Parts: sequence; structure tokens; C-alpha cells
Amino acid sequence: MKFSGLIFANLFRKKIRLLLTIGSFAVALFLFAFLAVVNDVFSRGADIASADRLFVINRTSIINPIPLADRDKMLRIPGVKMVTHDNWFGGIYQDEKNFFPQFVIDPENQRQVFPELMVSDEEWKNFLKDRQGAIVGARTAERFGWKIGDRIPLKTTIWGSGNWEFNIEGLYHGKRPQDDETQFWFQWDYFQEHVPDAQKGQVGWYIVRVDSPDDAVRVAKSIDAEFANSPYETKTETESAFAASWVKQFGNIRFLIVTIGTVVFFTLLLVTGNTMAISVRERTPELAVLKALGFSDRTVLFFVLAESLVIALVGGLLGLLLAVLAMPVLTRALSGLLPQLVLAPSVFAFGFATALAVGLASGFWPGLGAMRLQIVNGLRRV
Amino acid sequence: MVRVDGSGGSNSLIQVRGLDKTYRRGGGEIRVLQGLNLDVDKGDFVAFMGPSGSGKTTLLNLLGGLDVPTRGTITVAGDEITHMSGHKLTEWRARHVGFVFQMYNLIPVLTAFQNVELPLLLTKLSKAQRRKHVETVLHVVGLADRMNHYPRQLSGGQEQRVAIGRAIVADPTFLLCDEPTGDLDRQSADEIMGLIEQLVKEYGKTVLMVTHDPVVARRAGRTLHLEKGLLAESAEPQGVAAGGRHEI
Repeated sequence: MKFSGLIFANLFRKKIRLLLTIGSFAVALFLFAFLAVVNDVFSRGADIASADRLFVINRTSIINPIPLADRDKMLRIPGVKMVTHDNWFGGIYQDEKNFFPQFVIDPENQRQVFPELMVSDEEWKNFLKDRQGAIVGARTAERFGWKIGDRIPLKTTIWGSGNWEFNIEGLYHGKRPQDDETQFWFQWDYFQEHVPDAQKGQVGWYIVRVDSPDDAVRVAKSIDAEFANSPYETKTETESAFAASWVKQFGNIRFLIVTIGTVVFFTLLLVTGNTMAISVRERTPELAVLKALGFSDRTVLFFVLAESLVIALVGGLLGLLLAVLAMPVLTRALSGLLPQLVLAPSVFAFGFATALAVGLASGFWPGLGAMRLQIVNGLRRV
Repeated sequence: MVRVDGSGGSNSLIQVRGLDKTYRRGGGEIRVLQGLNLDVDKGDFVAFMGPSGSGKTTLLNLLGGLDVPTRGTITVAGDEITHMSGHKLTEWRARHVGFVFQMYNLIPVLTAFQNVELPLLLTKLSKAQRRKHVETVLHVVGLADRMNHYPRQLSGGQEQRVAIGRAIVADPTFLLCDEPTGDLDRQSADEIMGLIEQLVKEYGKTVLMVTHDPVVARRAGRTLHLEKGLLAESAEPQGVAAGGRHEI
């Protein structure tokens, strides 16, 4: 590329300005990547949800329980393959800031309903044998340095008072990188032994696995119809709808993130556009000379666009690579608050494409000015 | 042979007929050139003189295809440039015109070598061929040992030599020099004029030069005065005449 020498010489004309412009691209792309990852975390539940799972909660609110006795009625509904149930435990490990989600599970069907969360058969057998046994997500185990055999106390905040003791009998791993590996599971029977009498036999929500995903909507309607006009009316949703409504409780995260991202890129466009405009204005006589020498209007436009694209390319890649490197650090720093942060290739590609688009747009107007520059007028500015 | 009465034959290298240039300023019109005629043959060295605002630079800009006339025609080596499209005119400039400006107008971020190489980037020459051409030209202008210097590392005279190198490297049909010594001391100006004379005498270049300096103008083969939008020949004795020629 015979013009590369001229393009790079012009780029390095003002090194500090170049560094600052590349830096603003890098910071903007880093921020974009981080926002996209946070957005992904919040929408991940819906994205990775299984199509053949339904969540059944109390129609009034998820904090209102449903009787365990309803399980058998659900199992009788055509299309229901299996049913399991969870309760939110909400215990504290040593300090409130050491948050991680703890669930009371029904060991009978847990692995069949959630096959993507894998536990070895041996560890699962040990777990079933030990009423105080617990299965811990690999990330939480890593976070606290727990290993199989450790005894873990959790202070209850909902179910009576005092510490509950658990023995770690196994670790679970997600099949996919996006799978949540922060949960802590323990057995329904142990839970029933310790909760106050008034709360016995009450589950937080049911998870129903249906025979066919195509049948999910009909089954959901049938479940809600079954418990209509009962003291415990239900609200049944697909797992993705359940996850989406859960995220909605935090507000419109997606809108917030898209708005911030748009503002960031618009600001970047203004900053880079201004830089390119100054850069072109400073070089007006030189551009006029190039045109006088026989460089065409389009070639001059190409020079300006190439410069802004190189800035966007380098700054964008730098920001995205920084984001890739920072994800493990941020994941550790936000441990417990957010699941595994994963910079998806699609986010990387979108960020990169957006950076290039901003680079093109920021160079376009100054480039157009340079393209339209009258040589005689340009030479007068010497 | 230079003529200003429109009597030149069709074999003139540059033929200007009835050239008008009018500018609009503040609601009024300023007619800078008024039906100007000019014939220049290959190998001529012509100096244009005249008071400020007489239209010298305007004439040079029109001859170089940097501006378009209000009326009239300019024909160079058989090509009438006054009716060319912008794109064609750009290509024509690259092939036929070498520009030398008063303020040198070098690209400050490029070395002397890279500045001289610029017009060759528009050709199909290979990198090695371009290098050979540039080195030859830098040798001709006496800057073979400064090819990797940036303009800021050169004196004014040296910068103008680089600019002349840039103007001749693509072997244009003619050179247009706008006050080439206007920003130089007498000694540097003398050296630059010596170089331009050398280009005319040894390499057969056609040069049209604008200057305010009568001493510089005397080095040209012919001096024309621009007054009231028309050219008139000078009666003063002139310097250079075409002699033995080399190919660059």
C-alpha cells in the first residue's frame, strides 16, 4: 500500500493528540464491553433458559409459598414429565457481603430437571446419604477456598434463627460458560427438620419439566387452571419469561445500558470528529498541495478516512482486549454479586464494528471538507 | 518563442487565447485578466512580473489547472484544459505540471525523499523504480546527502530544492514557479535560480515563473509584464537561453 507512509506520517504528526484519541476510543470500548457483559449477565437467564422448563410461583408473589402437596396434582397434568421444587434460604456466611444464592432442593429430581448443572455420581450419592450435605457451585467453592469435606455454617435470616451446619459433599459445574456456578444446594429433608412448624411443607416455587417444549404454553395454562380459585393460586411461566420478569424487578437494565452505551459512543463520535476536524484544518495547505500535485479528491478523502479508521481500529482493539483481560479480574471483584462475566465473541465483534463505524463517521465530515477544498483557497492559507 | 499577441502557431506548447478571469468581491466584480493571449514554446523560460494584485498568480493558477477561467481557452501540448472535468484536470496536472511555491509547501512530516516521491505515488512505478527516480532527482538538486532529513532540518534554500525536486520528479511538461525565491536570501535565491536555469538549459524544461524581483526575472529567457489584465513584453536584456540538454 504505497500511501501508507503518508497516512502513518500524518497520524504521528501530533503524538500526544493521537494517544489521547486512541485512549478515548479504548476507554469507550472498554466501557461498552463491560456494559454489554453486565447486560448479558442480566439477560443470560432468559437467553440460556431451557425451553422445556416451567416455573410455578404463588400468583400473589414469589415470596408467598405453595404447598408441597400441589406437586402430585401437577404431576397428573398431561404433558408434565417431572417436577422439582426449591426454597430460597438466604443465609449469611460469616459476613453479609459474602453473598451467594442458597437453595433448598428436592434431591429426587434436581439432576433430571437441571441436567446442565453437572455433579459426579459419586459426589451425588454422598450428598444423598448425608442429610446435612451440600452441593456447591465451582465458583463459590473457589471464591471461599472450600473443598469437599469442609463444614460450612450459614446463619439463617428467614427460617428461625441461629447457624445451620452443612457438609460439602460435592461440587457442580455448568456445561456452558454462561451457566451459573455460584449456587449452594442442600436437602429438603434437612430444611424440614429445622424450619418452624408453621413453615413446614411449604415450597418456594416449583420447576416443571414438560414432555415437549411445543406443549409448554398449554401445560402452563393447565397448571394455573388446576389451582385457580384455590388458596394457593399459581402463576406459571416458561423459564425464560420467569428470568426476564425477575430481571425486570431491578428496573429496565437493558434500556439503561443501551442509553449509557449510546451516550458513550455519541460522545466518542464528537471527540474524534473534533480531533479529525482540527487535524484536517491544520493541514489545509498541505491537502491543497497534494491536490495540486494530482492527488484526486477521492484520494484525499481516503487519506482522512484511513487516519480515523486506523485510530478507531487501534483504540477499539485496545479497549476490547483490555476488556478481555479485565473480565476475570472483574469477575473476582464482583464475586457473589454477579455470575461469571463472559465477553461473548458477538459482543467483541459488535464493539469492533461500532468502533469502525464511529471512526468512519468521525472522519467523514472533515474528509468531505478536504475533498471539496478548492486548491487555490487552500494554498492561500499558507 | 514567446508571443503575447495571439499570433503563435498551433505548434506552441502552451497556447492561451482570450483569457478572462473575473472575481466577485463585496457585490462588485474585479476583472483580473482581460482577454489575455500567450504562446510559449517547449524549452522557454518565461518570467511574469507586475504589481501586486495584477493577476500573476491567478494566471499561473489558470495555466496549472488549479482554477478555471471566466472566458477563454488554454491549450497545453494539444490538450485544451479549460473544458476538462475536475477529475480529468487532476490527472492532467499529475502528468503535465510541476509546481514550485514561494513557501516551498513541503509536507513537514515527510523526509526530503518522501516529499520528492509524492508525485510518483500516482504512477504505476514500482517501489524500486520510484527510489531510483527520487535519488536521481535529489542528486540533480544537490541534496543526495539530505534525503532522510525532514523539512525542519533543512535551510530555506534546501527546502526549495526539495520542492523543485518534487516538481520535476515525474518529468512534467512544464514547471510553474510562483515566487520561488520570494522567501530566500540573495545567495540562496541565486542558487535556486541557477538550478532552474540548469533545468532549462541542460534538461530542456519549460518554466513559467512569477516574481517581483527584477534580478531574478533577468535570469529568465523572457520577461512579460502583467498590467491591466494583459501581458506586455519587457525591453530588458534577458539571461538564459536553451542550450545542450540532458534527460533526467
